[in-house]
Amino acid sequence: MLGAFLRRVRYWLANSSERADLEDEMHLHVALRAEKLRASGLDHATAEAAARRAFGNRLRLHERSREMWVGTWLDDLMRDIRIGWRGLRRTPGFTIIAVLTLALGIGANIAIFQLVDAIRLRSLPVKNPHQLALIQLADRKGWRGNQTKPWPTLTNPQWEYFRDHQNIFAGALAWSSNNLGLGTDPRPVRGLFVSGDFFRVLGVAPQLGRVFTPAEDRRGCGVPGTVLSHAFWQSEFAGDVGILGRKIILNQQPVEVVGVVGSEFTGLEVGTGFDVAVPICSQATLWNAGNWLDEGAVWWLTVMGRYAFDQDLTSINARLPVLSAALFQATLSPKYPRENAAEYLRMALRATPGGAGVSDLREPYEDPLLLLLAATGLVLLLACANLGNMILARASTRSHEFALRLSIGASRLQLLRQLMVENALLALGGACAGLLIANALSRYLVAFLGTEGNSLSIDLRPDGGLIAFSTVVTVGCCAAFGLFPAWRAAGGDAGDALKSNSRATPTRSGSVFRQVLVVAQVTLSLVLVFGGLLFSRTLRNVLGVDAGFRYAGVLTAWIDYSRLNVPEPARWSFERELLETIRTTPGVASAAESDVTPLSGSGGSSRVWLEGSQRGQGIDAKTHFIGDGYMETMGIRLLAGREFEHRDTVAAPRIAIINQSMARHLGISRNPIGHRFRKEANPWLPQTTFEIVGLVNDTKYFSLKEQPSAIAYYSTAQDSNPAPSIQLLIRPRTPGSQLAAALHQALKAKYPAIGMDTRLLETTVHEGLLRERLLASVSGFFGLLAALIAAVGLYGVTSYMVVRRTNEIGIRMALGARHRHVIRTVVSRATLLVAIGIVVGLALGTVAAQAARSMLFGVQPYDLSTLLLAAFALVLIALAASLVPAVRAVRLDPIAALRRH
Amino acid sequence: MRAENRPSIPQGTLDMLILQSLAVAREMHGFAIADAILETSEDVLQVEEGSLYPALQRLLVKGYVVAEWGKTPDNRRARYYQLTAAGRKQLGIEVREYLRVNRAIHRIIQPA
Repeated sequence: MLGAFLRRVRYWLANSSERADLEDEMHLHVALRAEKLRASGLDHATAEAAARRAFGNRLRLHERSREMWVGTWLDDLMRDIRIGWRGLRRTPGFTIIAVLTLALGIGANIAIFQLVDAIRLRSLPVKNPHQLALIQLADRKGWRGNQTKPWPTLTNPQWEYFRDHQNIFAGALAWSSNNLGLGTDPRPVRGLFVSGDFFRVLGVAPQLGRVFTPAEDRRGCGVPGTVLSHAFWQSEFAGDVGILGRKIILNQQPVEVVGVVGSEFTGLEVGTGFDVAVPICSQATLWNAGNWLDEGAVWWLTVMGRYAFDQDLTSINARLPVLSAALFQATLSPKYPRENAAEYLRMALRATPGGAGVSDLREPYEDPLLLLLAATGLVLLLACANLGNMILARASTRSHEFALRLSIGASRLQLLRQLMVENALLALGGACAGLLIANALSRYLVAFLGTEGNSLSIDLRPDGGLIAFSTVVTVGCCAAFGLFPAWRAAGGDAGDALKSNSRATPTRSGSVFRQVLVVAQVTLSLVLVFGGLLFSRTLRNVLGVDAGFRYAGVLTAWIDYSRLNVPEPARWSFERELLETIRTTPGVASAAESDVTPLSGSGGSSRVWLEGSQRGQGIDAKTHFIGDGYMETMGIRLLAGREFEHRDTVAAPRIAIINQSMARHLGISRNPIGHRFRKEANPWLPQTTFEIVGLVNDTKYFSLKEQPSAIAYYSTAQDSNPAPSIQLLIRPRTPGSQLAAALHQALKAKYPAIGMDTRLLETTVHEGLLRERLLASVSGFFGLLAALIAAVGLYGVTSYMVVRRTNEIGIRMALGARHRHVIRTVVSRATLLVAIGIVVGLALGTVAAQAARSMLFGVQPYDLSTLLLAAFALVLIALAASLVPAVRAVRLDPIAALRRH
Repeated sequence: MRAENRPSIPQGTLDMLILQSLAVAREMHGFAIADAILETSEDVLQVEEGSLYPALQRLLVKGYVVAEWGKTPDNRRARYYQLTAAGRKQLGIEVREYLRVNRAIHRIIQPA
């Protein structure tokens, strides 16, 4: 089969030479025949003539030979395309609507698929990504300390042990992405701390200069240099080749640019690009907040290994335990809490496929994106149903033309082929326009998902998967909307259609099919509208949640005074001074210190238990260090006891304020004040006893969606080891004022070297609701689109029915039928179809919503009022869509209607 | 020697005849094939000589024969055809089918 096809193609390519060859062959044949005849005694001229006669018509033979090779399909195809194009141009309204609906459907599908592909499916742009394994903790039991990434990470001592002792992998690498400050007046750039072997193990070659060597990544390296990303090199230095050897300022340190990597490499974290890469060892120099290189409780590095060709993950995981045991034994930090040391020693490493990189987008957005992909699939299906309907209607008005062509000798197959070519043209047009829409839509979505000051870098360049997906979608569409109508149109009886007077002679099966399509459209759009409404309600519910505090207008400010070189003992009083400056700035109502930004998703918890009880009877309480005035600033109500005050210093006994949930969980709701509880040790603080001095109302901690939980507030004034930075929450006197600028000015005037970064707490909260906002807006858009497409479909079917029954309506009206009777006749059929569609849609919608249950908030998947609202909206749309043709029907002049016959 | 006086070959057997001719000789050009069919059949069968060429092309498409340009003994350019393994197999199939049909027809016109 394929062989024959390839031989045909070769012939077709060599068409002209083959023709000459055949001519040569035939010429030789005739000559040889003539010679033979002459040899048998005929004279020259007679022999020639006889030989030609015996041979036959050469031109015809050429034709037959050509047919043999290429058939006539190519010529036929070109003709079908010409006819199809003419047909589509004759009905521009139909063509535009068809291409537009398809474009919207296909475009939405491709856009969402692009994101799914980029976040979930795509391999890293490195050499042999399938040989990379992610090395992570198998179990985080007993894990203590500070983790900087949403996925499990390792400490630097662990990484160094792994690097120096592993003999399982052909190569190992580690990295951590952290912001750095660029320039003397720093602005944040995306930094990447990488192991010395990082680029070499990945197989990422420099485009300019060189990459790091393992020798450069050693203790005490200072900052040996930086490798730039291609994008940063372009945007910051306009692709200047002379950048090599020049110095840039990173976190106040001059750093030499040693190389630039190619544009395809954007790091190993999907969605997070990087600007500058520096060796891991330079962390000690670049960060004055502390040296993490020997820190046994700061988990900040992501580790990967590249395995050899003849290995697989199973064999690697079988060999890891021995290395793990030695690794955790060797790296147990003396600071690690004694209670957890045994668990630390029992920890194990596990290798998982790393070829797709790591991503903090994958977990929160995987399900929503798949859901949206399903929704776009429904939209496309809807568009196809609608188009199938339109094509059926079009075909029935063309049945006369088809019958004529059949009766003058076109085969049914030819007719079918011609109609399918026409459909393919529509699908192709839809796909092309769809790609443009997809491009715009996916860019919009990426911008949507990016947060303030942290834009998403997602590779949206088309790859094989995307092209395959688009092709399948387009071909599938073409088959879905075109095959049945074309097959039916081509299968009609020529005689019947020609005999009939009417220009449109619908057969029964066709009109039943069209009605089924309308029902399907109503069903699908009800499901989509219902989904859109559910997610809108979810968003509204989340935003309406009482956080337990008032965050509207509140600013978060992060102040870095490390460049002021305040010695550690003086930091506490310096921070008081700083806070006083802010509190006296005009426009500030109140301000307080807080180490956690509420509702930002960051924070932590530790185990607490009442003094006198066992550790095992304790509970996990969220940890929140605050300064005096915090409750007032956030509008949290003090229910009993007192807030933190000036006198609560390092020298005084440790105190805490707890919330209602914590009091309840500890069983001290009735009178919590004065109780004492113990808080477990962490790598920086030993086990400590705290006395409860205050009780406040419950507040949300990580996100608005969580249930109230136990929170313990501790005093920053009793934190014995203050870093040269402070985070504040500031409430303005009047919300929406230009407070941030005023604060900058006030602080800069007093301390020119200070660094300050402010943002609205509301912005942070909204960014925490990205998922909900994405689902609400995109599914809402699809619901609207679906309703629109269904309306077009219903309008089409109803007006088609009116055209078909023009005669009947004319007669009825001539006989004195009233307008409303006519309208009722027309609308009643549409109403029936809509009613069936709605019933089926309601059932299907609740089932679909059940699957999306985990993404809903404060609304049940079978929520009655939402279902009714969706049904009502559709009824309204359907009524409008069918009323228009009905009203047109009664405006018919009876005489004209009858004359049309 | 008028072609019309002789029976033309039965419908659908031309391919078989060409394949058979090529199975006997190692390679032949078009004229030689036509001549071989005529001679072997002792001039009973007459190929409409030109129709040989579309038939040969059909066999090329199906991969039953391959062709190569060469020179005749008197140094004229000619295309030589050769049977392929697939062609040999096809020949067997066609001959068996032909004989089966033939026997059936034979039984009908000459009942035993």
